[in-house]
Amino acid sequence: MTFDAKTIAMLLEGIWDTLYMVIISSGVSYLLGIPLGILLVVTDEDGIKPFPVFQKILGLIINLLRSVPFIILLLLMLPVTRMIVGTLIGSKAVIPPLVVSATPYIARMVESSFREVDAGVIEAAKSMGATTGQIVWKVLLPEAKPSLLVGAAISITTILGYTTMAGFVGGGGLGAIAINNGYYRYELGIMIVTVVLLIVIVQIIQEIFMRISKATDRRSR
Amino acid sequence: MCEDAFCKIILIDMYVRRPMQYVGLHFYFKGDYDMEDKKPIIHLEKLGKEFKTSNGPIKALDDITLDIMEGEIFGIIGLSGAGKSTLVRCINYLEIPTEGDVFFEGKPLSKMREQEIQGVRRSMGMIFQQFNLLAQRNVLKNVCFPLELIGTPKKEAEDKARKLLEMVGLGDREKAYPSQLSGGQKQRVAIARALATDPKVLLCDEATSALDPNTTKSILELLKTINKNMGVTVIVITHEMAVIEAICDRVAIIDKSHIAEQGSVGEIFSNPKSKIGRQLIMGDQVHVRDFGGPTTRMVRIIFDGRASSEPVLANMILACKAPVNIMYAATKDINGTAMGQMIIQLPKDEVEEKRMINYLNSAKIPYEEVTENDL
Repeated sequence: MTFDAKTIAMLLEGIWDTLYMVIISSGVSYLLGIPLGILLVVTDEDGIKPFPVFQKILGLIINLLRSVPFIILLLLMLPVTRMIVGTLIGSKAVIPPLVVSATPYIARMVESSFREVDAGVIEAAKSMGATTGQIVWKVLLPEAKPSLLVGAAISITTILGYTTMAGFVGGGGLGAIAINNGYYRYELGIMIVTVVLLIVIVQIIQEIFMRISKATDRRSR
Repeated sequence: MCEDAFCKIILIDMYVRRPMQYVGLHFYFKGDYDMEDKKPIIHLEKLGKEFKTSNGPIKALDDITLDIMEGEIFGIIGLSGAGKSTLVRCINYLEIPTEGDVFFEGKPLSKMREQEIQGVRRSMGMIFQQFNLLAQRNVLKNVCFPLELIGTPKKEAEDKARKLLEMVGLGDREKAYPSQLSGGQKQRVAIARALATDPKVLLCDEATSALDPNTTKSILELLKTINKNMGVTVIVITHEMAVIEAICDRVAIIDKSHIAEQGSVGEIFSNPKSKIGRQLIMGDQVHVRDFGGPTTRMVRIIFDGRASSEPVLANMILACKAPVNIMYAATKDINGTAMGQMIIQLPKDEVEEKRMINYLNSAKIPYEEVTENDL
């Protein structure tokens, strides 16, 4: 249980792998989740462009995906993963199941942020002849920005939690190190160090997003 | 509104009638006496709106027919739940009526495609009780917002917004965010924003209901100025009679989804015909106590500008040598004319009662008989 150069290099690689998985899968999940969240709000019964049947079906699919435990999804998706990233080993292989798992979660987070936007403001925009697209771009997104950032802090730390399961399918990252070196080899020191590193990363992500959210929110001054 | 025309009509009205006709309800004006040369900018034709709720359908509006003339300030008053907010939302099709139609400059909104309706909405600015400013945009950007929607170049939009902010008295606050402003200032920004696209109509939905009395007064003055100087037709929705009294030319009273009555403000204030009208004008101040014995007749005396300067009641008591019981009295200043009313209980003695009625007739003082139910 000595922290030689080899161990430190392993941990640094673990940090990099974890950040790589978190950043890529969060980015892709948000690219997909924001439009889905917008659709959920806009097509709602009392939304801007009501389409309740579509909204209900979309909601159902999102709930179904959210019900599947990540570890099961990881296994179920093996063939799809191979098709998309061409490998079943390493951090890359964890990204497709991460995206599939995080996207519906993010869609719900985004939806709830949009619902916080004052209905009166949307009505005011409508009274000025705004189109649906204009309401989404110029009212919903900017007005929900502080709440979207707080939601992002929560979503991204959740995704970070999921990446730790990558170890089970031969992925890398801090979670894999904790399991392979810490748990299977009884290296308690390594386990503690990786857990502490994960705590620090969560803290940093949470702080960054909360600060941006606060600093750019014009409501409280 | 022209005061002279107003008084003249009262006088003409009195001369052409035989005195006895004043018993009962016969004090009227021809609605739009100074609006004859103007055409309606908005016409509501048998408008109805039904909401489907889990407890079955609810009729929020029923058989609403109204004309709103170009350049006037039109008030719509009613108690909460009467349907007035739904009505104003039907005017710009934020709510789609289930019956009847809305005509804007003669064109029916029901026949329009969505884009055309968006165009109509741009011709009608709207302000709200809760101001509804964009919280993440500063004052200048809020006023620019409707111009952004129609693709006005940024520089041009900002110049126009600055002019409007100057006009509403907030030229020095363009960098402030809504959260840094008081309620009155927020409403001024909302007014500037509503005027940015040069609308022909300004819809005000309970625009002063969240403001204190002094701020209310200044906002109402601003609306009046806008109406006068820019020729914008103003539609005011409110539950406060004082708002109608302060700025409106004509008024419609909405009660239980219907129009209870409509007409010039002077006419409605001096002689409300509907029960709800009397309630709104007199407030809750009228309480009838049982004075024992058979109830005697009660009459409402209506004062116009002329009569309020005379000691009408004192003269009558002296002339008839009998006392009267004053149930209610109030005077209001309607566009510079003192309009008043007083409800008096006549003596029980039939002879004295008759003498008083004759006195009122001969003095040409308009009155109407009221019953306890009217109070």
